[in-house]
Amino acid sequence: MSLGQRVSSDHQLARLLQIGVVLEEVVESRAAHHLESLPPDERAAVDEAVRELLVEATEESADHRERLEALIDDLDAETVAYEEINALVDAQYGPPEDTDGVLYDQLANEETAYKFYDDLIEAVEASDAEYAIDRDRLLETLYEIREEEKEGVEDVTEIMEYRV
Amino acid sequence: MNTADQYLKAIYLAQRIEEGPASTGTLADLLEVSPASVNEMIGKLEDRGLVEHEKYKGASLTNEGLERAHDALQTYCIIERFLTNVLEVEEFREEARTLESVIDDTVADRLDTIIDRPEECPDCFDPEADCCERLEAETRAN
Repeated sequence: MSLGQRVSSDHQLARLLQIGVVLEEVVESRAAHHLESLPPDERAAVDEAVRELLVEATEESADHRERLEALIDDLDAETVAYEEINALVDAQYGPPEDTDGVLYDQLANEETAYKFYDDLIEAVEASDAEYAIDRDRLLETLYEIREEEKEGVEDVTEIMEYRV
Repeated sequence: MNTADQYLKAIYLAQRIEEGPASTGTLADLLEVSPASVNEMIGKLEDRGLVEHEKYKGASLTNEGLERAHDALQTYCIIERFLTNVLEVEEFREEARTLESVIDDTVADRLDTIIDRPEECPDCFDPEADCCERLEAETRAN
């Protein structure tokens, strides 16, 4: 058991980045599933803002995934293919009851991703280990992604407030 | 998972191993820290009403502590199962131990949406084997 919250090796860093990729793939896949799972009448009722939010979420996750994959590549590690994660999401997926349920799930996605990157940044900053990839490049990428996740949380919250 | 939750989980497992209060020595071994650090943290957890400590006997979880320890162990089980089933990590016990301090329970909850975890989790966790009994059986079968 390791009590210190720090990333002390390339191996551990690669593993955490792999988890980041999986989280992004889960977001991407769940957002796509939400859109498909709504019955046709509900689908028509999903207003444009929610639809746009889900489409943007899938695009943003795909972009984050690619940026993380570039770092993982340079650490000589591999990632789990989207199709595999999509199949796992599919196997366990239970569609939310309504649009509010979709929004809550999307909020949980964004908040979780934000928390993950925030903890990861803290753990990298707490370590003085030298990684095979440039530390500044690593942190810069993580800061940017964390910022976008924060904006994602704000976007969902805004729509939720607007719908009340 | 924060340090307090890691301690609560360790106390829970030590109580199961020892079938009684968790001794400082067992906790120090499980957490790989010094007995002095264990005693200091036990004092803090006692102040927060999560642990009761009896001199010469050891630490026991209160009901509130037990609830938190359960959640922490569940988070740990999710990490182990995720590493095994999704990332196909063979040394999943060692890796879970190094990752648990960086993986928050909200993150584990999301990872939980893509793994197939037994309903009785975390009761099927085997403290001696340091993993879920079922997961151990599955990995042995593969």
